[in-house]
Amino acid sequence: MRNTFTIAGKELTGYFVQPVAYVVLTVFILLGGWFFFAMLRQFDEMVQLVQMMGRPETLSQMNLNTRVIDPLLHDLSIVLVIVMPALTMRVFAEEKRAGTYELLLTAPVRTGEIVAGKFLAAAAFTLVMVALAWIFPLILMVFGNPELGVMFAGYLGLFLLALSFVSVGLFTSSLTQNQIIAAISSFGILILLFVISWPAEAGGGVVWALLKYLSLPEHFSTMTRGVIDTSDVVFFLSVVATALFLTQRSVESARWR
Amino acid sequence: MGAGVRGAGGAVERMIDVKHLTKAYGSFVAVKDVSFRAERGQILGFLGPNGAGKTTTMRIITGFMPATAGTVEIDGLDIFENSLEARRRIGYLPENPPLYLDMRVEAYLRFVAKLRGVKRGEIEAALDHALKTTGLTDMAHRICGQLSKGYRQRVGLAQALIHDPPVMVLDEPTIGLDPRQIHEIRDLIRGLAGGRTIVLSTHILPEVSQICDKVVIINDGRVALEEMVKDIPEGTSLEEVFLHAIAREGHAEGVSAEEALEEVGAGHSA
Ligand SMILES: Nc1ncnc2c1ncn2[C@@H]1O[C@H](COP(=O)(O)OP(=O)(O)OP(=O)(O)O)[C@@H](O)[C@H]1O
Ligand SMILES: [Mg+2]
Repeated sequence: MRNTFTIAGKELTGYFVQPVAYVVLTVFILLGGWFFFAMLRQFDEMVQLVQMMGRPETLSQMNLNTRVIDPLLHDLSIVLVIVMPALTMRVFAEEKRAGTYELLLTAPVRTGEIVAGKFLAAAAFTLVMVALAWIFPLILMVFGNPELGVMFAGYLGLFLLALSFVSVGLFTSSLTQNQIIAAISSFGILILLFVISWPAEAGGGVVWALLKYLSLPEHFSTMTRGVIDTSDVVFFLSVVATALFLTQRSVESARWR
Repeated sequence: MGAGVRGAGGAVERMIDVKHLTKAYGSFVAVKDVSFRAERGQILGFLGPNGAGKTTTMRIITGFMPATAGTVEIDGLDIFENSLEARRRIGYLPENPPLYLDMRVEAYLRFVAKLRGVKRGEIEAALDHALKTTGLTDMAHRICGQLSKGYRQRVGLAQALIHDPPVMVLDEPTIGLDPRQIHEIRDLIRGLAGGRTIVLSTHILPEVSQICDKVVIINDGRVALEEMVKDIPEGTSLEEVFLHAIAREGHAEGVSAEEALEEVGAGHSA
């Protein structure tokens, strides 16, 4: 446990001295701001349109959560698909390239502790990112009254989604000493998990259900609609657990005969 | 320097025991049936031409990677079977100093100390000691990436000794150092020895004559010579021994160290 925190602490400090992490954070928030602005404009236009048509009953149905926050969270999730691989690509690959991997693997530390430490640090940084993205709901709360509970569920979903991205990124980074390869393969896996249910839309049966179950947006959408379903939380956590397990095996494999 | 410090009861403590080590990278066999040992207090010089398999052997000894066959015991503990306990006893300076270039020297060494299991209350003392021994006290606040090669090498040494390990494995510890630094580092290594066991690889032969108790020469993945430095005949330079040992490759198997030395000695006096 102590080793895990030692590694997590060192990694986390690393995120705050490396430009990559700041670029990731900045791109995430700036793009988020742009989407937010676009969504607000659309919402505003729609409100005016409805007012012109003189339908107050429609107006009362229009909702900041479904019209602004829900689409914003989906856009943010796409931004995450692109930036998270950049955040995690160096985690193992760079250690291998720089030779510090020899320090880590010859220290009296279990591979599980190394992986856990690195994951904890990346998770903490992700938490900071997602927390900073609360600026958008906060702005909304100044001008309107979106439902807090729904937003909370959505942001929890975004965080869990980001955690699964992190763990996939750690896994691909553990496979190579080339950061670009790590980034592109984790990018590929994430995209696949986003579109995996597409071909199944037409089909039926068990395969359809399975592909649909594996689809990330499927579980994420439920949460952005304000529903915290245990099964969705469990799904994200199992993605994390599976990817971290594979990472541990991949690091440990260096020790296999 | 004698034949190695004896343990309390006068018994020789075998701190590093390498037995029949073989390592294949795919179909290429880099290390072939390598065996040697080092006792407590000994400094063992590990020599061999480029690509002979020194780094590979050291990486296996330190538990960084597994051997294809053979075993390594550190203080009686198998590096593979009893890995954590064995690794706890080792300080390792890899071929390239394993520095996190964006960390400050101090922070880096503190990190290694924790990772190597130095107790919380003893970390500052260990840090001070490591900085002092390697002459880095003035560099403690510098960022590793901004240090010169020689100083990076020192930081590498500092991280290898910070937890006061009984066994140290140093892969070319004096590479990249200026003559004065080389001199200092040699003194340092000699000073470190005490009750410790040190394996160091080097291409600088006088270094071995000066600081080592024992020399192991490998060539093309095989042990070509394992000998106590004091047993090398008077008047025979290590360079001759080295060149002779590696020239025997091909029909080297079964040639004993004594034979090799005798031939060198004979050639020398002739
Ligand atoms: N990861 C690897 N994959 C394949 N071959 C390797 C690998 N690492 C080393 N080798 C090969 O194994 C042999 C031994 O390499 P090693 O680095 O152990 O030599 P060395 O004795 O340390 O040489 P030097 O004096 O140049 O440091 C070399 O032929 C090298 O090309
Ligand atoms: Mg080498």
